[in-house]
Amino acid sequence: MNDDPDPILRPFIVTGGRTHPVDQRLRVETLVSAAPAALAAPLGFERRRIVELCRLPVSVAEIARGVGVPVGVARVLVADLLAERLVTIHASVTDTPNVTRELLERIRDGVRAL
Amino acid sequence: MPSDPVSAKIVVSGGFGVGKTTFVGALSEITPLTTEAALTEVSRGVDDTSAVAAKSTTTVAFDFGRVTLDGNIVLYLFGTPGQERFTFLWDDLVDGTLGAVVLVDTRRIGDAYPALDYFESAGIPLAVGLNEFPDGERYALEEVREALGVAAGVPLVPCDARDRTAVKRVVLALLDLVIDGA
Ligand SMILES: Nc1nc2c(ncn2[C@@H]2O[C@H](COP(=O)(O)OP(=O)(O)O)[C@@H](O)[C@H]2O)c(=O)[nH]1
Ligand SMILES: [Mg+2]
Repeated sequence: MNDDPDPILRPFIVTGGRTHPVDQRLRVETLVSAAPAALAAPLGFERRRIVELCRLPVSVAEIARGVGVPVGVARVLVADLLAERLVTIHASVTDTPNVTRELLERIRDGVRAL
Repeated sequence: MPSDPVSAKIVVSGGFGVGKTTFVGALSEITPLTTEAALTEVSRGVDDTSAVAAKSTTTVAFDFGRVTLDGNIVLYLFGTPGQERFTFLWDDLVDGTLGAVVLVDTRRIGDAYPALDYFESAGIPLAVGLNEFPDGERYALEEVREALGVAAGVPLVPCDARDRTAVKRVVLALLDLVIDGA
């Protein structure tokens, strides 16, 4: 007998049970920015919160933390917003062809200067 | 931000209590934040695990810090537990990482093995930070290297995770390695 009638992994209730994002590019550190139109768009609670968090670029990890959901849930929600063009994402250093020696040296010099 | 921002990431691992959160916090411009990864992420790439996922609501916490460099580069440090059962989280975190730092406590060297094995076999650039705790015995670096079984090319850097300068030294050793390999 199954006494748990809910087949959805509980943290994923806000995604309607979907555990896979519609866009695979979102890593924990991927920076996300709200599109200007998003601030006026009618959105549900979590999606509204994400858009507000992304007025300045913030990572998927920060979004997860800010909304209070696991990273996997944030990925699904952000990917939806991305598909609807309500947010945009920014490149990561290791996304080719971005990973130039010059960029890596800027990172090192930046850390050294901290 | 002045121009289009670019993100970068370094993963920090090691045994329980070795100083991961402290390390991340020493460099971060924000207090390290804790967030969760849900266990369903285990099932990525595996065909039929929906039943398993449905039964399990386990999540694992990891923490992260953020440093803004040079106006538009945002470097994230992700601290992740070092026990073997968390490799699913590492699979997710290492994608796109510049490299990894593994912290070692000389009183419990074995705690570092799973993370060292993982990052070495994944070919991720690796630096080891040797956290020296007051009641720990002091060993010569080469003794520790031998006990850890890490290659000669892996930087082994004495560290105190509470000290920003020491933490920077470890991160810089890793970044030098990454640059040399680029
Ligand atoms: N002496 C010494 N203590 C440390 C060092 N790093 C961390 N600690 C202390 O060890 C404890 C555990 O550190 P924490 O960062 O929470 O470990 P974590 O479990 O790896 O995240 C804290 O009380 C730290 O202040 C270190 O390099 N030297
Ligand atoms: Mg910790």
